[in-house]
Amino acid sequence: MDLHFGDSKPTDEEKAAVDALLGPPESSWEGAARDEMTAADLRWARGGRAARERRDLLLPGLHAINDRIGWISDGALDYLCRRLTVPPAEAYGVATFYAMFSVQPRPATVLHVCTDLACAAAGAADLCAGIESRLGLGSGVSVERSPCLGLCERAPAALAIKAGDPVRTAVSAPATVEAAVLAASAPDSAEEEPPAVMAVPQAGGPGLTLLSRIGVVDATSLDDYRAHGGYSALRRAFEIGPAGVIREVTDSGLVGRGGAAFPTGRKWRATAEQPDRPHYLVCNADESEPGTFKDRVIMEGDPFALVESMTIAAYATGAHQGYLYLRGEYPRALRRLEHAIAQARARGLLGDDVLGQGYAFDIEIRRGAGAYICGEETALFNSIEGYRGEPRSKPPFPVEKGLFGKPTVENNVETLVNVLPILTTGAPAYAAIGTGRSTGPKLFCVSGSVDRPGVYELPFGATLGDLLALAGVRDRLRAVLLGGAAGGFVRPDELDIPLTFEGTREAGTTLGSGVVMAFDDTVPLPRLLLRIAEFFRDESCGQCVPCRVGTVRQEEALHRIVERTGAAAAGDIALLREVGRAMRDASICGLGQTAWNAVESAIDRLGAYE
Amino acid sequence: MTVIPLGVPRRLLEFTLDGEPVRAPEGSTILDACRAAGKDVPTLCEGDTLAPKNACRVCVVEVEGARTLVPACSRKAEPGMEVKTDTERARHSRKIVLELLASSVDLSTTPRVAGWIKEYEAKPDRFGPGAARLNEEPRVDNELYVRDYDKCILCYKCVDACGDQWQNTFAISVVGRGFDARIAVEHDAPLTDSACVYCGNCVEVCPTGALSFKSEFDMRAAGTWDESAQTETTTVCAYCGVGCNLTLHVQDNEIVKVTSPHDNPVTHGNLCIKGRFGYQHVQNRD
Ligand SMILES: Cc1cc2nc3c(=O)[nH]c(=O)nc-3n(C[C@H](O)[C@H](O)[C@H](O)COP(=O)(O)O)c2cc1C
Ligand code: SF4
Ligand code: SF4
Ligand code: SF4
Ligand code: FES
Ligand code: FES
Repeated sequence: MDLHFGDSKPTDEEKAAVDALLGPPESSWEGAARDEMTAADLRWARGGRAARERRDLLLPGLHAINDRIGWISDGALDYLCRRLTVPPAEAYGVATFYAMFSVQPRPATVLHVCTDLACAAAGAADLCAGIESRLGLGSGVSVERSPCLGLCERAPAALAIKAGDPVRTAVSAPATVEAAVLAASAPDSAEEEPPAVMAVPQAGGPGLTLLSRIGVVDATSLDDYRAHGGYSALRRAFEIGPAGVIREVTDSGLVGRGGAAFPTGRKWRATAEQPDRPHYLVCNADESEPGTFKDRVIMEGDPFALVESMTIAAYATGAHQGYLYLRGEYPRALRRLEHAIAQARARGLLGDDVLGQGYAFDIEIRRGAGAYICGEETALFNSIEGYRGEPRSKPPFPVEKGLFGKPTVENNVETLVNVLPILTTGAPAYAAIGTGRSTGPKLFCVSGSVDRPGVYELPFGATLGDLLALAGVRDRLRAVLLGGAAGGFVRPDELDIPLTFEGTREAGTTLGSGVVMAFDDTVPLPRLLLRIAEFFRDESCGQCVPCRVGTVRQEEALHRIVERTGAAAAGDIALLREVGRAMRDASICGLGQTAWNAVESAIDRLGAYE
Repeated sequence: MTVIPLGVPRRLLEFTLDGEPVRAPEGSTILDACRAAGKDVPTLCEGDTLAPKNACRVCVVEVEGARTLVPACSRKAEPGMEVKTDTERARHSRKIVLELLASSVDLSTTPRVAGWIKEYEAKPDRFGPGAARLNEEPRVDNELYVRDYDKCILCYKCVDACGDQWQNTFAISVVGRGFDARIAVEHDAPLTDSACVYCGNCVEVCPTGALSFKSEFDMRAAGTWDESAQTETTTVCAYCGVGCNLTLHVQDNEIVKVTSPHDNPVTHGNLCIKGRFGYQHVQNRD
């Protein structure tokens, strides 16, 4: 590889931001000033393979610059590339992939205002307009319309990020113009976020498993976590050994909660059996599906539970290194998890000798930077590795060739924390919860036109109506979106659908990751559909033609028919169907394959344009 | 001593292609088997010298038991597979992909695509006059080759050829995301400010003419480009001792471009700047 760098120079601050992450450069070969070149530099070419093997630090490096300066200049990018021996063209391709980065100068503060489904229904458009009229040009704040921020229970939501050392963030939700403007202009003095437990309307109620500790345990105290039953599952895991853990998980019937509903035990066994080493564990905490916020609530309210369950999953599958890929828009979850991991490490629950059992495991957090597609498992690997977050084609599957080309188990946050009750109560007791084919408890993210939005835990099998009754569904319900933007709408007369994987499938819809968004008849359906189409067009990685162009053509057709019905819309609906069919059949990944689901269901089940 | 390259013997695997039993060497793609069986599956992003990115999705076929269609160009054939290449479902996706592409970029210099558009009855116009298009001006920033991204289908071939599959220069990359994704050098600078070493290997693999030799670009603009009047002569490059084969494309007694045979074991179609572009001295008679 012969790298070429332009002559753009980093500023001292940009250099400091990168060096704070990577340490000072050892020689002029990897970014030290050329005029400080020493005799040793002339004899040795440092960098090379060692530096190239740190390519996975590209994304953290981009974050370091963006966090400190607010955007990524040519000089800063080139400097980071020198330090890591990454070709600048590739790094530029990575930097421009993520919504949270900018390669153009912009103000130090960015205020992300959510305009997605729940927030749109809660008046995000007016909020945006109000904020923009207060924070015009020259305010030092760049206002950006954002997809779902994962705060739907408190819609409308805004997130302010102020670059500096250290970077400062503030959340305003439910946001008013005043509160959002304050968060952006003085993040340190903005009102504090309500505790995670506020997102759990059932808190304190009986029968909770996954949510039982939220609001009860001190999320910053390892001792308190242990006092509430923490780390008993890991002890049991060490007692029964890796094969025993996999047997329990298999017998429990646990299937993945990230949307694809794949049997977890099977995935773990397949990975554990791979002869190739090392094995990796990845926790998918990207949670960017519009309407989903359950993983956030777990990470903020019970972070040690995730650390413990990742340790168990790694132990069972033979991994010694775990990555927690956290969406970039979750500053509080990041702080809580960083703290929890450090505590666990300090107390011998992570590190070379976990619990004195001679088993080594550690967790590294990697932050996403605003790309829904990075929740797709193989796109996530690429993102961690420092490449564009584009999905890989399968086969080969991650259990065989995953992160860094090695056997990898990737699980959702909720999936992982289910392993704790499986081990503490035993597989039969766990499997007795729910239905025969959907076992255990399930988290649902309820938002929209309900009185008590939030995360609900119910055993599989409760009906949609049960759940909505708990959440206090309002009158004049018009539609319910199940499974998020990649899911489907159902009608108010379909509330007896059982909330199980098989029940929703039989009803011709999907549970997805457990999103339930209720919309009353004040919400203009065509606008909602347009927003969904816009989301997928924005979030397509652009790799394959059916999705890259298909999402654009679908959005155009929906624009044309936004005010039309019946015969006037028929031609465009036929077009939508034809394009949608090819997207479902021929796209590389789940994004393109499901992008048309919600709109199609609105046409077929709700009669959206009749 | 002449070394005769002998392929490693490979086991044959059996599967069915459109109902007929076929045998293919282990490791073959479905597309390899289709071609061996004389079936014409359209392809755009596949290239004979590169591992395909399977991004265009025009080669999709139906595999029994698979939830979605699969790209023939990169899915390996497996024993017992039942593959159908010409079902209504596969034809529908191909038609839509052709419509989506032809409505967003200029395919006028893409070989064979006009025939497929006709065969699959694709109607790119039906998305209406307002359908988003790239509409970019060609970038002419050096004397050797031109980038006309209005013709780019984002097949990733140039990126792979410049990157780890051949050239290892990594001068270009896909940047941006979704419909805004583009091929660009770092900071979207002119080519002359980039790492490009002008080997032209990206031009060699580009399937659409989005990358073209300046000579060809100028002649097309002047209306004098005429492939039917060109002769091709393959010779050995005289610059160094590597022994690359050069194919000289000559029109009206002038070399109009230089390529290299893709099946040549030395070049696999790749050249360096001298072999590719250093031909003016041959015809400079002053
Ligand atoms: C476009 C797309 C986005 C996804 N986003 C997420 C996500 O944010 N979180 C998640 O856990 N899984 C997400 N998934 C599913 C993952 O690819 C994968 O199936 C899951 O993480 C596996 O874990 P599980 O078996 O525990 O569910 C997404 C899939 C696709 C296609
Ligand atoms: S389906 Fe969409 S998101 Fe997935 S690979 Fe293709 S372009 Fe990218
Ligand atoms: S001419 Fe060669 S070096 Fe330049 S972009 Fe093309 S492949 Fe890369
Ligand atoms: S420029 Fe040519 S080779 Fe490169 S991606 Fe576009 S069409 Fe493919
Ligand atoms: S935070 Fe706005 S829709 Fe989820
Ligand atoms: S030729 Fe197979 S996907 Fe493009």
